[in-house]
Amino acid sequence: MTQLPPASDKKLGLVIDLDICVGCHACVISCKGWNTENYGAPLSDMDAYGENPVGSFLNRVHSFEIEPEDGPAQNVHFPKSCLHCETAPCVTVCPTGASYKRAEDGIVLVNEEACIGCGLCAWACPYGAREMDQAEGVMKKCTLCVDRIYNENLAAEDQIPACVRSCPTGARHFGDFGDPNSAVSQLVAEREAVDLMPEQGTKPVNKYLLPRIKDRWLDQPEAGDVLPVVAEEPEGFLKWLDKALEKL
Amino acid sequence: MNPAPSVIIFTVLSGLGFGMLFWLGLGQAETGGMIGFWLFAMAFILSGGGLLASTFHLGNPQRFWRAFSQWQTSWLSREAILAVAALGLMGLFGLRQVFFAQDWVWLGRAGAGLSLLTVLATAMIYAQLKTVPRWNQPGTVVLFILLALAGGALITAQAGLAAGLFGLAGLAQLWVWYRGGQRFAEAGSTLASATGLGGRGQLRLFEPPHTGRNYLLDEMVYRIGRKHALRLRVIALLGMSILPAAIMLASGAGLLAGGAGLLAAGLAGAVHLIGVFAARWLFFAEAEHVVGLYYGRHS
Repeated sequence: MTQLPPASDKKLGLVIDLDICVGCHACVISCKGWNTENYGAPLSDMDAYGENPVGSFLNRVHSFEIEPEDGPAQNVHFPKSCLHCETAPCVTVCPTGASYKRAEDGIVLVNEEACIGCGLCAWACPYGAREMDQAEGVMKKCTLCVDRIYNENLAAEDQIPACVRSCPTGARHFGDFGDPNSAVSQLVAEREAVDLMPEQGTKPVNKYLLPRIKDRWLDQPEAGDVLPVVAEEPEGFLKWLDKALEKL
Repeated sequence: MNPAPSVIIFTVLSGLGFGMLFWLGLGQAETGGMIGFWLFAMAFILSGGGLLASTFHLGNPQRFWRAFSQWQTSWLSREAILAVAALGLMGLFGLRQVFFAQDWVWLGRAGAGLSLLTVLATAMIYAQLKTVPRWNQPGTVVLFILLALAGGALITAQAGLAAGLFGLAGLAQLWVWYRGGQRFAEAGSTLASATGLGGRGQLRLFEPPHTGRNYLLDEMVYRIGRKHALRLRVIALLGMSILPAAIMLASGAGLLAGGAGLLAAGLAGAVHLIGVFAARWLFFAEAEHVVGLYYGRHS
C-alpha cells in the first residue's frame, strides 16, 4: 500500500553526529556487506574491475568544507542514507505498492517482488537515498537493517544497524524517536539536532547533530617566545644524564 | 534529469495520440469509412505505442500489471488506469463508428474526457515532484494538455482550431520556461538547507562520496547539452508553435486548397513533432533535481 500509515508511536531511525564522524567510510562498507548478503537482492556492482565501475550503495559519505570569515576552514564528513521520513514522498508516488512505510515502527521499505523498477520513487526523494539496482532492476534503499534489529539469532549488541555497529567513533546512534526518553531523543533535545531540507516537507525521522565551531586563529606569537625556556640547568634525571654523557 | 529516449518518445507520442482521441471522441472529425479507420488506427498506434515505449525504461516490465493498484496516491498508477480505460472506451466507440456507422455520443464524450485526463495524469507525474522545482508548477500541466489538443486538432483536420492551439501552446511554453527559471530559488533548497550547515561561512563540497559515477548522478544530475539550451529553445518554439500555426492559418484561410492543403498539414505535423521532441528533451535535460546539491551542483 502506498498510502502512508497513520503516524506510529514507534519511530525508529538514526542520529548522526557530524561533530564526531571522521569520514572513514566504515559504515558505507559494512552497509554494503550486510545488505549484499542478507535482505533482498544483493547490492550489485557493474563493471567492477573495468574502466567505468558503478554500484548500488545505501549509505554514502560526502565531505563538505566550511570556510568561516574569521577562522580556518573546517571539514565536515557527512554520511547520508534514507531518513525514513514521516511523510515520505517516495512512498506515495509508487504505482505498485512496492514502496511502503511500516505502520509498526515507521521503517520505509521496498517490496522487491512488487517493484517494477520505474524509478519514480528515486525522483521523489530529495536526499538521493534510493538507488536502482542495475542487475535486478529493482529499487534499493536503507532498510534500517530490519533483518538485524529484530533478529534474535544475533547477540544483543549486534541487534542494531550494521552502520551503527561498525562506526569506530560512535558517530551514529540508533533508537526510537517516538519515545521522548530514549537516548536518541535525549541527544536530539540536548544538541538541537536538525532536519535535512525541512523546506521539502518530508519530516525526516533521522536527525543530524551539527559540529561544534572548532579552531579559531590565535594571535600571532612574537618570534622567540613560542617555547619559552623553562630551565637553564637540567634537574634530576636529566642532570645525571647530562653529567654521565659528559664523562664519556 | 536524464532525458531517457523511451520516456521522451512515450510522452510525446502518447500525448499526440490521446489528443487525437479527444477530438475523435467529440465527433470533431470525419470518422466514417476508410478515413475514420486510419484516423482511429493512427490515434491508437500513437497512444498505445507510446505506452509500450514507456515500459522500456522499467527494470521489471513483466510486473506492469501491478501499476494499476495504487490510484489513491500515485499519479503514475492513475495514468495507467486512465490510459487503459480511455483506450477501451475509444476502441469500442471507434469500432462502432468505423464498421457500423453507429454513434453513441455519450461513449465518445466519456472516451474524450478520459483521454484528456490521461494527459493530465502524465503531466502530474512530473508536476507533482517538489524535488524538481522546474517541473513543479501548474504550467507544466497546462502545456502538456495544450500540446496534446493542438497536435490532435491538426491531425483531425481542424485547421483554424489547430492554429489557435499551436499559438496558445507556444505562449504556455514561454511561460513555463520563464517560471521554470525561478522555481529552484523559490523552492528554497540550498547546500545549507541540505546539510544543516548554513550560517557558518562559505560552504562547498570538499570531496564527493566516490570518484566514479552512480545511479543518482546518471539519472538526476544530467549535465550534457545545456550549452545548446538557448538554440534548442528557439528550435522547439519555432517547431512546436510558430511554424505549424502559420501553416495552419494559411491553410485555414483557404490559401492552400486540395492536395497542397494536405501536404501543408503533413508538413505542419512533421515540424510540430520535431519541435515537441526538442522541447521535451529540454524538459528533462534542463530540469535540476535538488539531490544535485549534495554533489556540489546548482549552488
